[in-house]
Amino acid sequence: MPEASYPDDLLYHPDHDWARVEGDVATFGITWYAQDSLGDVVFFEPPAVGTQVTRDEPYTEVESVKAVSDVIAPLSGEVIEANVALGDAPEAINEDPYGAGWMVKVRLSDPGQASTLLAADAYVALLA
Amino acid sequence: MSPFAGWEMPLRYEGVIAEHLAVRTTAGVFDVSHMGQIETAGPDALALLARVCSNDVAAIAIGGAQYGLLLAADGGVLDDVFNYRLEAGRYLTITNAANHERDLAWFREHSGGLDVEVSDRASDYAMIAVQGPLAREMVQALASAPLPERMTIATRTLDGATALVAGTGYTGEDGVELLVDPAAAVGLWHALLRRGATPAGLAARDTLRTEACYHLYGNDLSTERGPIEAGLGWCCRSGDGYVGAEAVAAARAAAPEEKLVPFIVLDRGPARAGDHVVGGGVVTSGTFSPSLQTGIGLAYLPAARATVGHEFEIDVRGKLRRAQVERRPLLKV
Repeated sequence: MPEASYPDDLLYHPDHDWARVEGDVATFGITWYAQDSLGDVVFFEPPAVGTQVTRDEPYTEVESVKAVSDVIAPLSGEVIEANVALGDAPEAINEDPYGAGWMVKVRLSDPGQASTLLAADAYVALLA
Repeated sequence: MSPFAGWEMPLRYEGVIAEHLAVRTTAGVFDVSHMGQIETAGPDALALLARVCSNDVAAIAIGGAQYGLLLAADGGVLDDVFNYRLEAGRYLTITNAANHERDLAWFREHSGGLDVEVSDRASDYAMIAVQGPLAREMVQALASAPLPERMTIATRTLDGATALVAGTGYTGEDGVELLVDPAAAVGLWHALLRRGATPAGLAARDTLRTEACYHLYGNDLSTERGPIEAGLGWCCRSGDGYVGAEAVAAARAAAPEEKLVPFIVLDRGPARAGDHVVGGGVVTSGTFSPSLQTGIGLAYLPAARATVGHEFEIDVRGKLRRAQVERRPLLKV
């Protein structure tokens, strides 16, 4: 398991999700804290391309050995790509939560929503 | 750490899968000090245990161990316990933490007219389970004399501390459970880690016991379920003389409507306790098996469908996952 980290180039949702915003497209995943709380992830079924996701609402689930948890969308939009590789290798969510463990790419319906998300230092302060 | 029945419980250390596999391949050490202990001593100790336990406690030799059930008069399961016979008229009963106070009151309530002393020993013992193919070897290296065999118990000196050593466990692996003075527990824990045992948490304990198809009280057993449907008829003696005997006899004669069966999930993703079986039945234990790399569990199914090989569907939060009834244990070790 990697050490705790919260990259500065990401934006964070208080429900322990991150977004990497590039123009009107954002990549979503869960934070180091979230994967550590879940423990070993054993199952992830990505949402279908075309699914509409809504900020603050669950858009998929992630299952660890012990429990299942909702994954919350940090921003609203439409799924344009899903990380299907996680179907065979869900452990990437633990091992590389900001890299290979990414979950979906979303075309944002309102890129301005990004201003409601937290910078890394504000999110880390929330965890303390 | 996670709160449970007034205890702060170590859920996991390194990670549940690594801990689970360590127990299956080398040895893991569990802090199970939350488990309760009741000592029953005196000329009528056996008479009391025979009254409150469903199993054949009279058959336990000195130094022997036996799994058994405490039943209510209606046949509902109050607790599942381990009875150890320490001396001719002295027994130690291991209880589940959440049921300990109720069990203790139950023992006392049924001791009327008997020459027996029932003592709460839960605060006198810390309990450490060492489980896995190398567990005995690691504990033996700390011990004053050869360890007791499986399903027996004896006093030994371990790393300078007096311990009750029992050849029992809850993982399906060989190993021992150690009952020691709480003051000696931390030292013993570290001595076991120095010998190479992997600290394992209660999350791993759950995946291990599910693979072994051991019941978990509160999930697979409850006051709402009887031993026959739970597949525990083998530890209910025939005839009367214990609380719940009539209900057990009636359940045996009637054949249960549902039976507890082990299953594997054929689709991806586990099922969880509380998930309903399509067409009737319910999952009472459900997790991911690190050894089998698939969802596994225990479910009550209508008796006609509770046959090995039967395929069924589980409603997992609105999605149907296919599952199949398997033989027990789910994992042979």
